[in-house]
Amino acid sequence: MTNVSMTVNGKSVSGEVEGRTLLVEFLREGLGLTGTHVGCDTSQCGACVVHVDGKAVKACTMFAAEAEGAEVKTIEGMAIADGSLGTIQQAFQDYHGLQCGFCTPGMVMSAAALLADNPRPSEAEVRSYLEGNLCRCTGYHNIVKAIMAASGQSVEPVAAE
Amino acid sequence: MPKDSGIGASTKRREDVRFLTGRGRYTDDINLRGQAYVHFLRSDVAHGTLKGVDTSAAEAMPGVIRIFTGADFEGVGGLPCGWQITDRQGNPMQEPPHPVLAQGKVRHVGDPIAAVVADSFEEARDAAEAIEVDIEELPAVVDMKAALADGAPKVHDDLSSNLCYDWGFVEDNRQAVDDAIKGAHHVTTLELVNQRLAPNAMEPRVAIGDYAGHNDESTLYTTSQNPHVIRLLMGAFVLGIPEHKLRVIAPDVGGGFGSKIFHYAEEAFCTFAAKQLKRPVKWTSTRTEAFMSDAQGRDHVTKVELALDAEGNFLAYRTDTLANMGAYLSTFSTSVPTWLHGTLAAGNYKTPLIYVNVKAVFTNTVPVDAYRGAGRPEATYQLERVIDKAAREMGIDPVELRRRNFITEFPYATPVAVEYDTGDYAATLDKALEIADWDSFDKRAEESAKKGLWRGRGINTYIEACGIAPSALVGQLGARAGLYESATVRVNATGGLVVMTGSHSHGQGHETAFPQVIAEMIGIDANMVEIVHGDTANTPMGMGTYGSRSIAVGGSAMVRATEKIIAKAKKIAAHLMEASDADIELKDGAFTVAGTDKSVAWGDVTLAAYVPHNYPLEDIEPGLEETAFYDPSNFTYPAGAYICEVEVDPETGKVTVDRFAAADDFGNVINPMIVEGQVHGGLAQGLGQALLENCVYDENGQLLSATYMDYAMPRADDLPSYRVDHSCQTPCTHNPLGVKGCGEAGAIGSPPAVVNAVVDALQRGGKDITHIDMPLSPGRVWAAMNV
Ligand code: FES
Ligand code: FES
Repeated sequence: MTNVSMTVNGKSVSGEVEGRTLLVEFLREGLGLTGTHVGCDTSQCGACVVHVDGKAVKACTMFAAEAEGAEVKTIEGMAIADGSLGTIQQAFQDYHGLQCGFCTPGMVMSAAALLADNPRPSEAEVRSYLEGNLCRCTGYHNIVKAIMAASGQSVEPVAAE
Repeated sequence: MPKDSGIGASTKRREDVRFLTGRGRYTDDINLRGQAYVHFLRSDVAHGTLKGVDTSAAEAMPGVIRIFTGADFEGVGGLPCGWQITDRQGNPMQEPPHPVLAQGKVRHVGDPIAAVVADSFEEARDAAEAIEVDIEELPAVVDMKAALADGAPKVHDDLSSNLCYDWGFVEDNRQAVDDAIKGAHHVTTLELVNQRLAPNAMEPRVAIGDYAGHNDESTLYTTSQNPHVIRLLMGAFVLGIPEHKLRVIAPDVGGGFGSKIFHYAEEAFCTFAAKQLKRPVKWTSTRTEAFMSDAQGRDHVTKVELALDAEGNFLAYRTDTLANMGAYLSTFSTSVPTWLHGTLAAGNYKTPLIYVNVKAVFTNTVPVDAYRGAGRPEATYQLERVIDKAAREMGIDPVELRRRNFITEFPYATPVAVEYDTGDYAATLDKALEIADWDSFDKRAEESAKKGLWRGRGINTYIEACGIAPSALVGQLGARAGLYESATVRVNATGGLVVMTGSHSHGQGHETAFPQVIAEMIGIDANMVEIVHGDTANTPMGMGTYGSRSIAVGGSAMVRATEKIIAKAKKIAAHLMEASDADIELKDGAFTVAGTDKSVAWGDVTLAAYVPHNYPLEDIEPGLEETAFYDPSNFTYPAGAYICEVEVDPETGKVTVDRFAAADDFGNVINPMIVEGQVHGGLAQGLGQALLENCVYDENGQLLSATYMDYAMPRADDLPSYRVDHSCQTPCTHNPLGVKGCGEAGAIGSPPAVVNAVVDALQRGGKDITHIDMPLSPGRVWAAMNV
């Protein structure tokens, strides 16, 4: 067991972890931040995406100990200060970009990372960026629409095609 | 003008807020005080005799609480099958036992042999590695034809063969169909495989058993689409716990698609072990385990024959199917290739003579059961593929051939035992042609040709039977359950309502759509209505959500209960206004007396019901709470037309879906936004089947596609944006909302449209290819072009 400290959603936290404890396990089991989900065991579904030092990371691919000293942001930290939904979250609701909600935290975190890098992506760029995020419910149509809308672009071409 | 509230409004989903902020409460998010963890040791061979399981070394490992094996479950019931099929001779199907943990033999890769319960998940998993299992491997049967051959190894030694049943439908038509096919002007024949799929809800299954010794009460938290069904099956057939001592909770569930209908061994195990150990026991499936233990879908091999006259009128239709059951009978497995499949063989067409034969086969593979569409995708695929082939053979336009054979008068009794109440297949076909921009195909084909690509288009017109099901009818057909739905509507003193429904939402948006109906009926804001579901302790006995039944059956139960509420509320209002109940009208949340200006508000009446100072106590009881159980009198029959356009790269065989148009008739629609989302999701699963997904076993029964590295899930960049329309509406005539259900249409209607489009592209490219089995991967398409 080693002690690990990091900042999660702006708060300093620390805890005892084993060497093999994954970041996602530390977030879910150690900190009770169960918004980050686990959908696979081969790092392919993206349900576990969080931001580590501003970059989208699959929290199942990283040991908790590797996040020592890092700034971690999870879905629980995405609402704006007054508690209302952030722009991307709001767009997901407005455009029905979620159904069961299981992939949603990872989708929102990936979308935020995409828009931070590329504020006005094309539909093709959005689809290609989401390559590492699986959704079984929505068929992606409305997720793509939500992300386009959150970037301030018209969703008409998406609706028509 | 789109409405902004009530029925027909695209109300934004209230449940989204918790999912978008990480506050969903899925089963794996629940941790009980003192909980232990279970890891299942699963068979890594497909077929073998269990000679011994030595747990002694493992028991000494750190953290281990107890290790269970099949022997611990000898006195316990097996997992039951919920539907008995009667074969062509009138005999019941062969029904082998399905133990919670393997006894005597293992029958598929993933069959659970032992369960290690430990203080932590890691300790349980580590200890499982120290269990010594002595298995004498037996030859496995994987291929269905081989499984039926004389002398094939038997999956279940006590059965006479690997044949579960040989079912004929309608058996009395068999000879007439044979004769009609023999004498027909033209017969088109096709052999096709509807490949095995893994449902892959993104949330893996989870079960937590809990036991309260002081009142001998068991609780199971589980990822289920139907907690009451699990309570009944597990309580009555497996563990012998009466319902009042067993509570089943299915909280937020991350998708189901059928795979979370069934009662699984892990649920029974956790409930059983918690009681034995007096400690909560939790199991969380890994994705790899999900591939080996969640019931899989489809897996039919079928020969179809369509007989036509010289004008292209369908005369007779015959199908012969081998349907894979896997190693055990999962809960509703037996109904899928029979009643959910054979009854749809007429499609949208007035074919007078139909015969469906299905042989269900045991193999050493993961059990197969309902997956989105369940039987209906298979029926549609067969029919719509063979029609396309017939059109080509006879030189008739595929759209025209379908149109010529459409059923146009309703109600219509098919030769396969169902009666379609309403429909307008020409209307959805025309709408699909319009939104697909069918007429300018040639222009797009030229553009594709410039890029060196072959463009093709495919059409499919489908029908499905939803809103399952009339209980008396399914009882005659062998169902061991009723298929009504329930709702309790509780009105609080200050006017707010809580609806406790037996339906279950695992993505469908009941919390938003159900209140829209009540808001419309009473004329109040939908936010005054709250939906409770997923807990047997506070919802009436209900059958859950599958088969596109929530709004058609569960919604109807809610309407019936609300009608009782309104009838009683009118009596109270009549008393308050000193009028006769017959003169009371309810509109916009207020009761008025017809022809007067007297009025009392909804809230005044509800308050009077609970503070009955001025109240007709001699006529009616205080309170305002009603329950209804709704048993549908027929299935509902959503139908539609789907058009797919693909580009095929002749160099590589790669297929790209360039556009996809879906025009559906779902009857009335409560929330168009949610309905469109359901269609999108169904389309993605159908396109996934058509192009990508496949569960592959090798000849020894090893599952080669057990992770997302080998099983090709559709990703965002594999799929197009869709054009969907549901403006053609012929309301259902036998439920109070006129709704038909929309959850499965996309998955049912899309695979044949894609395959028809690819065959069309190859034909236009000069290749005489009439069929390729799904998934149409580049390798398969390339191989078909280059033999
Ligand atoms: S859990 Fe699937 S990628 Fe991390
Ligand atoms: S919303 Fe269910 S998996 Fe994406």
